Amino acid sequence: MIAMEKKKKALSDIIIVGIGMTPVGEHWGKSIRELALDAITAARSDAAGLKPQAIFVANMLAPYLSGQTQLAALLADFAGLRGIEAVTLEAAGASGGIALRQAYLALASGLVDTALVVGVEKVTDRSSAELEAALSTASDADHEAVHGITSTAQAAILMRRYIYENNMPADALAYFSINAHTNAVTNPNAMYRRAIQIEDYTHASMVSEPVNMFDAAPIADGAAALFLVRDDGSPNMLPHPRVRIAASAAISTAVALHDRTDPLELYTSAESSKLTLQQAGLKHDDIDLFELHDQYSVYAALSLEAVGFAERGQGWRLALDGAISRSGRIPICTFGGSKARGDTGGATGVYQLAEATLQLQGRAGENQIANAKIAMVQCLGGTGATAATHILELVDGS
Amino acid sequence: MEASRHWRLKQERYTLMGEICPHCKEKIFPPRDFCPACGEDARNLFQFSGRGEVYSFTTVYQAPAGYEENAPYTIALVRLEEGPMLTAQLTDMGDETVEIGMPVEMVTRRLRSDGERGMLVYGYKFRPQLARAISA
Ligand SMILES: [Zn+2]
Repeated sequence: MIAMEKKKKALSDIIIVGIGMTPVGEHWGKSIRELALDAITAARSDAAGLKPQAIFVANMLAPYLSGQTQLAALLADFAGLRGIEAVTLEAAGASGGIALRQAYLALASGLVDTALVVGVEKVTDRSSAELEAALSTASDADHEAVHGITSTAQAAILMRRYIYENNMPADALAYFSINAHTNAVTNPNAMYRRAIQIEDYTHASMVSEPVNMFDAAPIADGAAALFLVRDDGSPNMLPHPRVRIAASAAISTAVALHDRTDPLELYTSAESSKLTLQQAGLKHDDIDLFELHDQYSVYAALSLEAVGFAERGQGWRLALDGAISRSGRIPICTFGGSKARGDTGGATGVYQLAEATLQLQGRAGENQIANAKIAMVQCLGGTGATAATHILELVDGS
Repeated sequence: MEASRHWRLKQERYTLMGEICPHCKEKIFPPRDFCPACGEDARNLFQFSGRGEVYSFTTVYQAPAGYEENAPYTIALVRLEEGPMLTAQLTDMGDETVEIGMPVEMVTRRLRSDGERGMLVYGYKFRPQLARAISA
């Protein structure tokens, strides 16, 4: 009986068998459906042409910027998958992680055998004021957005307070941006493939004090996809080393930043990562890389603290010390992160997951982290009202 | 439709009317029926003083649609003296330089104008505390 239970558990491994990503940038010539199709086609081809039974679409802005709801049905049809189950998941910047979470639950339930997770965002068709208004829907509409707050302003408020409480140099967060840009140089999908120096950061123009242009990720068009299957245990012909989802968790809290007991404490980041470490039976030392939320540099510092890689108020030191570099103790943003790869709103999490998968499969090319076996991937929505955290693990002997 | 949405919120927006939890005495703003501290029912009204201090702040240059005519504007998280925090613009700053910990008080101002629909939305903003300005 125990042996059977064990076998059953082993059988329910959820495996990422293929990934696809478009370059992040201004895709003037492509609509949202064409962008998504590129990523879907790439992921299916990477998964040896498998057909999905269900598609989970991560998107935040299509209702505002493309006038489109039922996006998942639209994309399934456009990709030649008419007839399959299709659902769109929205949790602002956490949409990608939340979409994987839902695919994981569907596969783990046994009711779905193969699934696609597709993140897509098309933002460059609209004016910057329209885009800012659409992005500000991630905040509490009646108590934050109505006062004219923007996601940049919220990050600036957090960053000013972070610097104030921790009595640190004004350029202390620079090395998050420098690390991201260094890692993007060799990423063909990155928007900014140029290394930057500390002088670039200290001379950068302000966006919203103290956030400068190197603290803020550019938002642009992009699509990424993951192909997932429930491992049936048979010796199979999967095209790549097997990467399993070792743990999955999602947590929510108050949407309004001002409703948090301590705005500098990313509660959902802390709680969801704690759950995943418990599920997988792992410790912080076991994590070989951490793809975190870095839409603004302060979130990278706060995430490292919330998850427990740094003490409260000390996250910035990991960047300064080089611990976050590709050869450091806890590499982050290994393909450039949102800062240099480019941020794609609700699709960002799917890029993070696809990049972590490449690392574990040993397919990261010049961006490869040596001997990477276990990755933590965390997606945050808005100022962190939603967090979805996953641990991906290379299956032994695959 | 948008008009009724803003009308429903006018008591909290114009007068900073919140709630106090009858179970744990937590003071709650904005009002929300369930106490965020203890999870119990909380519907007893509580009038906030409108005084507080700046927790942190920044300036918005690239404003969302509906706010462009005010840009650039200063926006802050304000810790009310009764405990809760809220998001609001700072106004009437004159020569004062904003800093963390600065005492501020609530005033009613126009928050946004809804373009062609012509609807104006009013609500709270915060200015330097006058008593402090006079005694300084
Ligand atoms: Zn209570």
